[in-house]
Amino acid sequence: MTVRRIVTVSAGLSTPSSTRLLADRLTAATERALGDKGIRAEVRTVELRELAHDVMNAMVTQVPTGELPGVLADVADADGIIAVTPVFNASYSGLFKSFFDVIEPGVLDSVPVLIGATGGSPRHSLVLEHALRPMFSYARALVVPTGVYAASEDWGSGDGGARELNERVERAGRQLALSAADHEKRDDDPYGEPVAFADLMSGLGT
Amino acid sequence: MQFGIFSVGDVTTDPTTGRTPTEHERIKAMVEIALKAEEVGLDVFATGEHHNPPFVPSSPTTMLGYIAARTERIVLSTATTLITTNDPVKIAEDYAFLQHLADGRVDLMMGRGNTGPVYPWFGYDIREGIPMALEHYNLLHRLWREDVVDWEGRFRTPLQGFTATPRPLDGVPPFVWHGSIRSPEIAEQAAYYGDGFFHNNIFWPATHTKKLISLYRRRYEHYGHGKADQAIVGLGGQVFMRKNSQDAVKEFRPYFDHAPVYGGGPSLEEFTRETPLTVGSPQQVIDRTLTFRDMFGDYQRQLFLMDHAGLPLKTVLEQLDLLGEEVVPVLREEFAAKRPARVPDAPVHASLLAAKRAEEENPEVPA
Repeated sequence: MTVRRIVTVSAGLSTPSSTRLLADRLTAATERALGDKGIRAEVRTVELRELAHDVMNAMVTQVPTGELPGVLADVADADGIIAVTPVFNASYSGLFKSFFDVIEPGVLDSVPVLIGATGGSPRHSLVLEHALRPMFSYARALVVPTGVYAASEDWGSGDGGARELNERVERAGRQLALSAADHEKRDDDPYGEPVAFADLMSGLGT
Repeated sequence: MQFGIFSVGDVTTDPTTGRTPTEHERIKAMVEIALKAEEVGLDVFATGEHHNPPFVPSSPTTMLGYIAARTERIVLSTATTLITTNDPVKIAEDYAFLQHLADGRVDLMMGRGNTGPVYPWFGYDIREGIPMALEHYNLLHRLWREDVVDWEGRFRTPLQGFTATPRPLDGVPPFVWHGSIRSPEIAEQAAYYGDGFFHNNIFWPATHTKKLISLYRRRYEHYGHGKADQAIVGLGGQVFMRKNSQDAVKEFRPYFDHAPVYGGGPSLEEFTRETPLTVGSPQQVIDRTLTFRDMFGDYQRQLFLMDHAGLPLKTVLEQLDLLGEEVVPVLREEFAAKRPARVPDAPVHASLLAAKRAEEENPEVPA
């Protein structure tokens, strides 16, 4: 059976957290959609709270500590990433941004990403479009069209909120599964086969 | 195998006293440290090159020339010479001149420099660091080997009929190391020329450093300079020692916690676990340093960073006593016992001159 690796990143801070809840729903929807294609999903879910100190260590000294190197290796190896953050001060949380800031440039290039966010009120739903999507576009990730924002009221049943949230979750999961299924791993180990010296010197004075 | 020290030349407040040395004091301290390095039997003293505060060594050949006059034996080197923002013509002249003054006790380590604003201050762009390092070094390499050079390139004004003076001592250019912490292009460059490759080995987990060194070794063999295990590798390291390891940890911790390079990051314990920093007894330093050989293969040069983070001069000199008396003699013996005969020493002026003479007498035999 074909396997696709999915890394789910949740930046929720409380336990239980609605961010983690949404992340799990998106993960399950993606697994189902991959399963429909005969693909098994291998999922690693990362709680950024547990990595917070290591992320800061990497930020200030570039020295990866604790579990962080393993998580970064899994991100680099992922066929799809589900990235979910709570909204803090009208944007992604600082921890969420910091985690993606310590990922090496180029690692997310052409990697399918599903974005999600949670907030207390629906008025912040455009955070997906003004904060998360541009950040991942900058990283050259392939952000799937449907991002999922869940406000507190979406978890209730009033006015069909829960049904609409379910539909968006399923649609987003299908889109990520579609991209992840097609994702091809690049063999881009810079320390594998280097660019030959003669090519490095091309266009330079010798 | 060569053992030595390298200095960044930072002016840092001693966090235990709140006192900041003056630039004058720091410069004089660097000289005293270099003289001590020779006194305790080390082989190499290398100075950094910086063009921004809080660092003092902006003029390495001035410093090394002065040290050369006051020493007899120690090899004077750099860590690193900025091959990007310096004019390669001036590097060729300065270091050939130094070579004459020091009777050949000179080599250099090329580096790019990672301080963004320094590039525009010298009229360059950090994004072109790699091509600049490649082009500038290629010109430097020619200037030391060809008496008259015609040259045109992207990063400096063309040369027609130019001769860099003085010519290298005995017609033998200084040996060059290329320092890089993460760029495969620089490992490739070092391998192409058959030059040395140095990894500062300070902030990086050994698994990362190993990838770069393995690449350099593989390509050294590819370019026909010898077998991979004969490539010329240098490593950095940093240590703080006291007879009892707990005393070392206790004394070094405030310096670690406040150092501009580590402060606010991982704890001293995390840092010593994840990187080659060793804080403990001389025996712990010996054991840790020997693991570098297991990880990276037999290598030719080990430099330690000893004078940084605001450590007072007196402490640094005590550290050098421990290094020279208790650590290096054991390491010399252990490394020598483990090293196969076919692994060469780091080239020095005498060995390069002997190789040159041998080649002149018998041009058929490759050097």
